[in-house]
Amino acid sequence: MAIVELKNVAKRYASQQGSSGSNAVDNFNLVTRDGEFVVLVGPSGCGKSTTMRMIAGLERNTEGEILIGGRDVSQVPPKERDIAMVFQSYALYPHMSVADNMGFSLKLKKRPAAEIKAKIEEAAQTLGIEPLLDRKPRELSGGQRQRVALGRAIVRDPQVFLMDEPLSNLDAKLRVDMRAEIVKLHKRLKVTTFYVTHDQVEAMTMGERIVVMKDGRIQQIDTPINLYEFPANRFVAGFIGNPSMNFLRAKHAEGVVSGDGYRLALDDAHRSSMASRGAADVWVGIRPEHLRLGDATDTNRIEGKVEVVETLGAVTMVQLSVGEHFVSAQLPGHRKVEIDDTLTLACDSDKLHLFDTDSELAIGRESASQPSTAVEA
Amino acid sequence: MNSSRFTNGVMGVLAWIVALLIFFPILWLLLTAFKTEQQAFTVVPNFFFSPTLESFKTALAQGSGYWHYAWNSVLTAVASTVIGLALAVPAAYAMAFYPNKRTDFLLVWMVSTKFIPAVGVLIPIYLVYSAVGLLDNALGLTLLFTAMNLPIIVWMVYSYFRDIPKDIVEAADIDGASIMQTLFKVVLPLALPGLASTGLLALILAWNESFWSITMTDHSAATLAVYIASFKSAEGLFWAKMSAASVLAIAPIIVLGWFTQRQMVRGLTFGAVK
Repeated sequence: MAIVELKNVAKRYASQQGSSGSNAVDNFNLVTRDGEFVVLVGPSGCGKSTTMRMIAGLERNTEGEILIGGRDVSQVPPKERDIAMVFQSYALYPHMSVADNMGFSLKLKKRPAAEIKAKIEEAAQTLGIEPLLDRKPRELSGGQRQRVALGRAIVRDPQVFLMDEPLSNLDAKLRVDMRAEIVKLHKRLKVTTFYVTHDQVEAMTMGERIVVMKDGRIQQIDTPINLYEFPANRFVAGFIGNPSMNFLRAKHAEGVVSGDGYRLALDDAHRSSMASRGAADVWVGIRPEHLRLGDATDTNRIEGKVEVVETLGAVTMVQLSVGEHFVSAQLPGHRKVEIDDTLTLACDSDKLHLFDTDSELAIGRESASQPSTAVEA
Repeated sequence: MNSSRFTNGVMGVLAWIVALLIFFPILWLLLTAFKTEQQAFTVVPNFFFSPTLESFKTALAQGSGYWHYAWNSVLTAVASTVIGLALAVPAAYAMAFYPNKRTDFLLVWMVSTKFIPAVGVLIPIYLVYSAVGLLDNALGLTLLFTAMNLPIIVWMVYSYFRDIPKDIVEAADIDGASIMQTLFKVVLPLALPGLASTGLLALILAWNESFWSITMTDHSAATLAVYIASFKSAEGLFWAKMSAASVLAIAPIIVLGWFTQRQMVRGLTFGAVK
């Protein structure tokens, strides 16, 4: 268990011409709590795996410092960092039995055989893989291999766990089960954990704090609920949440944002932060689940023609064309909606998000009610 | 269904014809070895005759030195293979798991040394060997065989190492293994089948080598290639005895090849299908 600190960490790859290299990761700052479960999430190529590999020592950070338990490990090889890693491919040793796979690191440390055996058995019991200890990895199913990979990490008793998309090779149902199991495991072991994923559902369900990355830069670090309610910019707003947020490019005038087919009044917090901007263009964000069927009496109205209807049972997903925009809405399952109907949707003013059209940063409420956000521009 | 069976039949016959064409010289060699010198010289090919072991007796006789040559062949082939693997494994390891900008060039450059015909470097090597006293010397020949096979061995071992997922090597790194521990406990056990077929190929290439053996040795370090050539004497060609000697020279390697067929096929088609 340890606190992990990343100070101004960057990874720069030298470009072919040698003049301006590209940064895979730039200006990464994060301090974990002891035993925290931190999820790094973002689209592919955003630098999340590179960041984890730098914490592991598989790649060197070209700038900044990485501290594990207060010790700067930037120049320390992986084996001396006291970390354990679970790979996406599991990376089990194919020629070794499950027990040997799990005991390999302890054997290298020349621990007594009895101690190794006890630790392997303890980990196997935790993960329910005791009957498999004598088998080779090729005789195991994907889920079993995943457990062995976790077991190999557990027996190490490391200061930090690193998990690089550990569930992405499993089928959907198993993934949900393992997700819960990893969270339970973390609750028991209380080891500081970094977890990389591109799946925002995994991130939201597992992370105590989530680092959202894009193009090598941190977009926002926050708790799942804060990411959902107070996204720092338009990217985070669209990335977190499923189905993803609708964006409308609107004109602002005196506390009202409107455009072709919609008119939405702002709440007090937004109204005051927009007052100084006057008649400016602004991005309005609304989550599909915050839209409901309305009528002409509603102050906040979005009107459009139904293009797509997806009946999912519990809910019905509807896509409307509203002027130049498409708006999706999540409506109760029993509502009967036909294609080409004209629908009026309503929503509450306090569910609206506003973003600057140039910087795409959130406008307004974050200062009023956002508790623990660290935003990197 | 019928037409595909017909095609299969035709292909089968063709395969047999090609196989016989390839195998025929060896069959003829084998037959000639059991003939007398007179029978061996007949103009009309003679498939039916009463076989004799005369030629083998001569070839194995006390003065012929078969065992001396055979020992040199074994020594140089085995030693050059072992040294070759010992040098190639670290080289391939570095290139497969820690590649840099120059790795591709290096690999191509190594193989390009095989483009030079051996006669092209004969004079300088002969002069150097003569100066340092490595002519007709088993160590000298072993070094030549090693140098000759090293590019092929490095390429093959490199390709087998590349088949090992990098994640596994990184996992060993994180598990606390040193480079040597990763090599001996993880990488080599996984590449063992590949190493075996690589070693086998190097062994066969060294065993069959004749150019350097004949030009760089005289007697004390001479291999079976020299032994076969010695039957082409000033008094004329002794076909039957030469055939018997050839059979004795190729027999060990053919037997070895027979027992390791599966490894060989894997080795020779390396990199073809990933």
